[in-house]
Amino acid sequence: MDNQTVLERLKSRLGNALLESREFRGELTIVVPKDRIADVCSFLKDDPELAYDFLSDLCGIDMFTPERRFGLIYNLLSLRNRHRLRIKTFVEEEDPKVQTVSGIWRTANAHERETFDMFGIVFEGHPDLRRMYMPEDFEYYPLRKDFPLMGISGSLPLPKK
Amino acid sequence: MDTKVEEITHRSRILQALEDQDTSASFLDPLESEMILNMGPQHPATHGVLRLLVKLDGETVIGCVPELGYLHRGYEKLAESCTYHEFIPHTDRLDYISPLSNNTAYTLAVEKLLGIEAPPRAQFIRTIISELARISSHLLFLGSLAMDVGALTAWMWSFREREKLYDVFENLVGARFTTSYTRIGGVVQDMTPTAESMVREFIEAFPEKLEECEKLLNRNRIFIGRCDGVGVLTREQAIDLGVTGPTLRASGVHHDLRRALPYLIYDQFDFDVPMFEGGDSLARYYQRMAEMKESVKIVRQALEKIPPGSVHAFKPHNVLPRKKQVYTRMEELIHDFMLVNFGIDPPDGEIYFSIEAPKGELGFYIMSKKGDGHPWRFKIRSPSFVNIHALPTILKGAMVSDVVAIIGSIDPVMGEADK
Repeated sequence: MDNQTVLERLKSRLGNALLESREFRGELTIVVPKDRIADVCSFLKDDPELAYDFLSDLCGIDMFTPERRFGLIYNLLSLRNRHRLRIKTFVEEEDPKVQTVSGIWRTANAHERETFDMFGIVFEGHPDLRRMYMPEDFEYYPLRKDFPLMGISGSLPLPKK
Repeated sequence: MDTKVEEITHRSRILQALEDQDTSASFLDPLESEMILNMGPQHPATHGVLRLLVKLDGETVIGCVPELGYLHRGYEKLAESCTYHEFIPHTDRLDYISPLSNNTAYTLAVEKLLGIEAPPRAQFIRTIISELARISSHLLFLGSLAMDVGALTAWMWSFREREKLYDVFENLVGARFTTSYTRIGGVVQDMTPTAESMVREFIEAFPEKLEECEKLLNRNRIFIGRCDGVGVLTREQAIDLGVTGPTLRASGVHHDLRRALPYLIYDQFDFDVPMFEGGDSLARYYQRMAEMKESVKIVRQALEKIPPGSVHAFKPHNVLPRKKQVYTRMEELIHDFMLVNFGIDPPDGEIYFSIEAPKGELGFYIMSKKGDGHPWRFKIRSPSFVNIHALPTILKGAMVSDVVAIIGSIDPVMGEADK
């Protein structure tokens, strides 16, 4: 299956949920609105022709622009068609919330926890949204662009003897 | 007042029981309570600093929560301030059992972003080292799984073979452990005839040694008993949980990125992708043993076909020049200065590239902005991270004594899972 066929099918089925599409180095990326992400993902998984049954990766991104602060990137793979597709969606800084896809692919559970830990993006409906790497009482989100590389002094207290 | 009296009578009952010597009693009734067992992060059998909270009912595991982050070094954050060349040594520290494989994956990802390709000889060398890294990683799996179920000899024998591989790496790369061998657009140095003959020697002798290890385990009643039917992961669960690599194929999914989405020169070689249906620890063991034999086949073919020529692409804006030329020629000096100080300048874009690493799908998502010498966003999709999160599903219903063996059969590496 090639990008053109996939894109045509997506255009006909997703309608106005398909905001943008871009091809770079042979990889197809589509942008969808954030309130449609769960619908689009479950369609892509269940569609008999596309069948993106494998979520390779899910990660966040800090675009650091006022209108589109955070992004979410879903790298999908169809085991049968051997085709990759990337879905992107954007959330604002004031309301960094998006629907979870952990009910569609269970592997998203861990990826979403990591994204929450690193960017503070809240996944609504996630069964167990805790921090992944950082301590539970850590106040900052390290992969945001406004978090300094050297860290913030005092944010991780050393254990007392 | 009442509780105090109750406590005294309870204690006296226990003292009485101790005097009787043929009864046992405890403050907590084991039949009525569930127990939380904390495993790790300081545990010799958890492959590093993995911490598991295991909920037990008697000896049966009824729940498990993996806790990660004890080795979190923030490589994704660090990458955002590194040039693309500077990050290569950090990839050694991801899956430190097979650094050559990570080096290859990273440089291939950056090359995809830049739209350049390494010359054929470099691609052959990369294929050879990836497969040797796979053998090295699976040998560690073999030794540690056998040791987890109580067979120490296989550990010694597999480490003897790994030691030979490290000698090969030392000759090829100059380092045994943290290799940093690949460069964007090639590899750091050509494979010398000595290194080539060492690889050949290893490959010729290795199948026999592997057979020796198999003889120890394949008909070993204790080993089979500890692995057969233990820690079953079904096909549907494996796909749903995003498990990759040998663990996925041992659950009956015929998916290998070397075949599904070929990279490097894997489409030129004749090899099989083994697959097992069992989904248990034993299937995962057979799977990796079979994969090592296929790797031997690939390396053997690659050594036969390897063409002569340069191992660096001629792309002066992206590929670091040779040191000798930097010291003697003006153009190269300028390029070296620019590449070291400002880095490569890839176009605006984003790519996701993954290879079939020994543990599974090792992928890099890179988003670059024109004018920046470093990635805007760098995401590591590490196979161990995802495979560890399949543990709660696999461990449910297992016995507590099998937990260590099941972790061993998944073969996670924390350097990669914690990034």
